[in-house]
Amino acid sequence: MLAFSIRRLLQAILVMLVVALISFTLFRFVGDPVNQMVGVETTPEQREALRERLGLNDPIMTQFGRFIVKAAQFDFGTSYQFRQPVSDLIGKRLPATLELSLVSAIFALLVGIPMGVYTGLHRDSVLSKLFLSISLIGISLPTFFIGILLIFLFSVTLQWLPSFGRGDTVAIGWWTTGLLTVSGLKALVLPSITLGLFQMTLIMRLVRSEMLEVIRTDYIKFARARGLRQRSINFRHALKNTLVPVITITGLQVGSIIAFAIITETVFQWPGMGLLFLQSVQNVDIPIMAAYLMLIAFLFVVINLIVDLLYFVVDPRLRADRAAL
Amino acid sequence: MTANTAKDAATDAAADAAAGVPPAAPRGRIARVLDSDILYSFLRSKVTILSAIVTLVFFAGAAFAPWIAPHNPFDLATISILDARLPPLGMEYSDPRFILGTDDQGRDVFSGILYGARISLAVGFLSVFFAAIVGVMLGLIAGYVGGKVDAVIMRIAEVQLTFPAILIALLVDGVARALFGNLDRERFAFWILVFSIALSFWVQFARTVRGSTLVERNKEYVQAARLIGIPRFLIMIRHVLPNVIGPVLVIATINLGLAIITEATLSFLGVGIPPTQPSLGTLVRIGNDFLFSGEWWIAMFPGFALAVLVLAVNLLGDWLRDALNPKLR
Repeated sequence: MLAFSIRRLLQAILVMLVVALISFTLFRFVGDPVNQMVGVETTPEQREALRERLGLNDPIMTQFGRFIVKAAQFDFGTSYQFRQPVSDLIGKRLPATLELSLVSAIFALLVGIPMGVYTGLHRDSVLSKLFLSISLIGISLPTFFIGILLIFLFSVTLQWLPSFGRGDTVAIGWWTTGLLTVSGLKALVLPSITLGLFQMTLIMRLVRSEMLEVIRTDYIKFARARGLRQRSINFRHALKNTLVPVITITGLQVGSIIAFAIITETVFQWPGMGLLFLQSVQNVDIPIMAAYLMLIAFLFVVINLIVDLLYFVVDPRLRADRAAL
Repeated sequence: MTANTAKDAATDAAADAAAGVPPAAPRGRIARVLDSDILYSFLRSKVTILSAIVTLVFFAGAAFAPWIAPHNPFDLATISILDARLPPLGMEYSDPRFILGTDDQGRDVFSGILYGARISLAVGFLSVFFAAIVGVMLGLIAGYVGGKVDAVIMRIAEVQLTFPAILIALLVDGVARALFGNLDRERFAFWILVFSIALSFWVQFARTVRGSTLVERNKEYVQAARLIGIPRFLIMIRHVLPNVIGPVLVIATINLGLAIITEATLSFLGVGIPPTQPSLGTLVRIGNDFLFSGEWWIAMFPGFALAVLVLAVNLLGDWLRDALNPKLR
């Protein structure tokens, strides 16, 4: 267990280093950082002085080392377009994105797992076929179009829910939350359904195929032979054993939820990191791009690490295997 | 495709022989296709036939857009601002010239969809094509050569898998903007888009091909080829490649749907195809601004066209996967 954890940790660090190298290359070589900071009337001498002061004349390896040290403290310099520290800009928008991602992940799990269990147990019922058709459509509809459809239906036509923004937020320290106000909660509904729908269909299909596999196993037959109640077999014995892949996929999906939030945030003008990143791509704001890339990579790596370690908690067989090794 | 049908026919023959059926007389190519499992499973599934028809209609509509489309949305001489924001047929104030209505500049929505599908499909096909070429090559090399080369290629693939396609494409676009400047970027937008989507899709091809190459390289025919001194490069291309190419077609079909969605998403986000040559995603982006003023048709029709196209392609991909490899079902 310890050796495994250390090996995974080393892999994670390697991935982070590679991503840092990409970010650094972006930062250093795509567009001249000095050009972005000074005006047109700056003399070559002043430019050279700035260059020296920023350390852009040092050897590349020294610069990369400095970049990593700064990145570890989440210091990515100043945004070209906003003239504010990147860390402040992202920090201000982080809560919005994380809240949206969390709510949509919960939505995907709470709806997806029961639908998957149902379709797995009742393969040929009409409702199962309906669920499966919906899931196929859910996978084929692009995220942005789902958002537009929801806006058209619930905001424009029925006028039930807001179509943009976060509503009223409450500040708890530096964290702003929309979960505590009515308008904040209302504003969350459409974006989180948009963002979670794809994940929901994915989880549903996964749970379904796992259930189909598990109910064929001997221990389920045995449980049935013991005369256990169907409900207890389904949920205590079958569902439990389908959860390992569900945890993996959910873990991996949390990362892509945060990335797909870019689309949802654009459709709903949600003031999160994704919208900031998109603006920075459009305005070639390299510091924000680099910082966002590092942040996403970090989240991915941490989540993957947690997922790998969760295996041991969830699946006792793994623990035994590792102990035997 | 031919490699596959040939292989299937071969396995059929083997199965027949095993079952004690006398081997059929040599058959022509067409007869073999008519008799194959693939055609049988195709004709058995109504959904598949329907999605094949829908896909073909889209392909034809896109390919022949200049001849079919009632208007040319790019020809400024033929569009008139006086026709702007006309609703589709069946609604009040509609104009029989524009069956699906017009957008804010008086361009016919139906023609826009035909021309848009042209660009969406072109980006989709080209990016999947390049992704497949790069992926198959790298997978073949990684699997056949092995060792450090394999390790490096697969590590890169793993790191890249960490990032969703959309994020990679956005980054590529951002870099392209920095390198080319905004004006040049618009000119190259099409190719930048193809490149960035291809870049994020090659991994799946590489992993699959590498897997089957690892199996093939130890088979006797490869050993024999090596023994008689055929160069490594030729063995890979001529002997291993035909045997590992089968699943590539399936992955390509499934990825075509994904590529079309990715293109549409990027164009919707405003970093893809510019509005002067709109793809389906760009059309939805344009229409999105008019959703609140009641002109829903500008965004909805292109959006639904996109959804139907992707759904049909996905269904075809699912069917192809099941038909070529029943084990995966």
